[in-house]
Amino acid sequence: MSAHHKHVSDIEDKQIQIDKASLWAKLPMIGVVLAVIGFAVGYFAPSPGGVFAEDEHLWHAKQWTAYLNAFMFVMSLGFGGLIFVIIQHLVRANWSIVVRRIAENAMFTLPFIALGGLPLLMGDTGQNVFEWMHVEEMLHDPMLKAKAAYLNKEAFGVRFGSYLVLWGGLSFLFWKWSRAQDNAKTTEEAEALSYKQRFLAPIGLVIFGLSMTFGAFDFMMSLDPHWFSTIFGVYYFAGIAVSFHAFLAIVCFFLQRSGKLQGVVTPEHYHDLGKFMFGFTVFWTYIGFSQYFLIWYANIPEETDWFQYRAHGQWLTLSIAVILGRFVLPFFLLLRRSWKRNPNYLVWMAFFVVGMQFVDMFWLIQPPFAHHAASAADKAGAVEVATYFQNSITLTGADVGYFVGFLGVFLALFGWSLVTSKLVPIQDPRLEESLNHENF
Amino acid sequence: MDKPKPLSKQASKPKKFGVLAEYDSAAAIFKACEKVRDAGYKRWDSYTPFPVHNLDKAMGLKPSVLPFIVFACGMTGAACGLLLQWWSSTIAYPLIVAGKPLFSFQANVPVTFELGILFSAFGAVFGMLGLNKLPQLHHPLFNVARFTRVTDDRFFIAIEASDPKYDLDKTRKLLEATDAVAVEEVDD
Repeated sequence: MSAHHKHVSDIEDKQIQIDKASLWAKLPMIGVVLAVIGFAVGYFAPSPGGVFAEDEHLWHAKQWTAYLNAFMFVMSLGFGGLIFVIIQHLVRANWSIVVRRIAENAMFTLPFIALGGLPLLMGDTGQNVFEWMHVEEMLHDPMLKAKAAYLNKEAFGVRFGSYLVLWGGLSFLFWKWSRAQDNAKTTEEAEALSYKQRFLAPIGLVIFGLSMTFGAFDFMMSLDPHWFSTIFGVYYFAGIAVSFHAFLAIVCFFLQRSGKLQGVVTPEHYHDLGKFMFGFTVFWTYIGFSQYFLIWYANIPEETDWFQYRAHGQWLTLSIAVILGRFVLPFFLLLRRSWKRNPNYLVWMAFFVVGMQFVDMFWLIQPPFAHHAASAADKAGAVEVATYFQNSITLTGADVGYFVGFLGVFLALFGWSLVTSKLVPIQDPRLEESLNHENF
Repeated sequence: MDKPKPLSKQASKPKKFGVLAEYDSAAAIFKACEKVRDAGYKRWDSYTPFPVHNLDKAMGLKPSVLPFIVFACGMTGAACGLLLQWWSSTIAYPLIVAGKPLFSFQANVPVTFELGILFSAFGAVFGMLGLNKLPQLHHPLFNVARFTRVTDDRFFIAIEASDPKYDLDKTRKLLEATDAVAVEEVDD
């Protein structure tokens, strides 16, 4: 009954194709430059002195922590792309088809960025961040000895190898089939490719759920090997989901600013992206609080410790900032329907939400480093250094460098995939339903 | 509630509810709604056997105030939940449990959350009923035999006599000019 029913044939080619001269077309190059500069700054950043002055190892540990931090943040965008594509096919969603290609481009980056985990497996690099890689010390600790069957380098290597195969395989298949559909000669061929993707979706969901969870265990939870939380993977997923819908809103907004996707992506789609941002904000809170609540109630030392060292000085400020920035602010600022339907407003919220994903990763990954540094200094009798690490957040050139570097890799791969294909899966048999999608 | 009137008076001059127009398609009522909206009527409504997409826009309906009611109720519920737990655990029954402080916000989050949800749901359901003036035991449109088809295959617009722009002849003409299958006056 709407005033104007849109047809796929109405979409002009220039609406869904990146101009050769635009900044978008230079995105891969910009990404490569950022990556080179970023990684160089991160790797060669000089020790800032102060508490790091006398300990080369401490500085390396900080550098690799910054590396892991940026790595897990950018991984969440790749994961977001993969799980978004899987879910849309799984539920045969109509609304999302016009934004699905953007998610597929993000998904394409996943296996390449995952390679960033490789340095942590090579040589003794991993010892900088993973306490459990110090085998000698580990075997003297009865709690860690009991976990040695899981927490050892060989097992980690096998798991990491299977992640690469699984994430790479899933991303590649969805990516390839969707692109092949653009060139389908007949409707039957396009239908068959849609069917293939729908068939893979439930299998992919199970694979994603398990591998992402174990990936989160391996790369983040094992930073404090005494601690464990079975909900940890879901916590990481909640952050992925909320920030990925925000990421989609950002990309759509800027593509439309450059005159693309006009009349293809509408306030109806922003509204849905906003609803998912809002919904997963509440989901994140639910998961985050559940994790905290049980540990608080049970009050078992090896569990409470994890929160204990996040509740001192600046770390406490950061913890409160995570609660405010991941729940309170987005909850109230995404509440109104008219706000979610206004792209100019939503894009600010989207930037904020994606930014908070980085802060959340910082909150997960950096405190164990500071905690270990503080314990080591305490043992060595360096009270001042111990006090510093207990209370202070250290932001260094390495943090900035690796962040820019990983973001650069992401932009290069994402940009390449964006430029080399159409901006929407133009031959998807249900594209018209997505074009005319309306919220009641 | 109106007081019961003497039978003779009611019979001589029955009060009128308004004018009812009947349509045989969703497209017809959609166009008719736009005309009634543009004519500036305020107290009128459309009745359809199924939700007609975008009919609210054709009718010029403003967004409902229900979200504000739900929000106010939700916040009230959360505040009540917190207050209840604070009062019961520190004043009414100050018992130390598991070595925790008498009032610790962590333990109170679930109930605070649940009462926020419960009150929001009450606000949504009862607010919706209130705004729709439901439940009603009777509606004047049920006086019209043809109106029974509203649950089957017919679409209706009723402009009420209480509308400031209501004028039996003009309103009737307006509705007749909208491809209505039938137009008739309805007794209150």
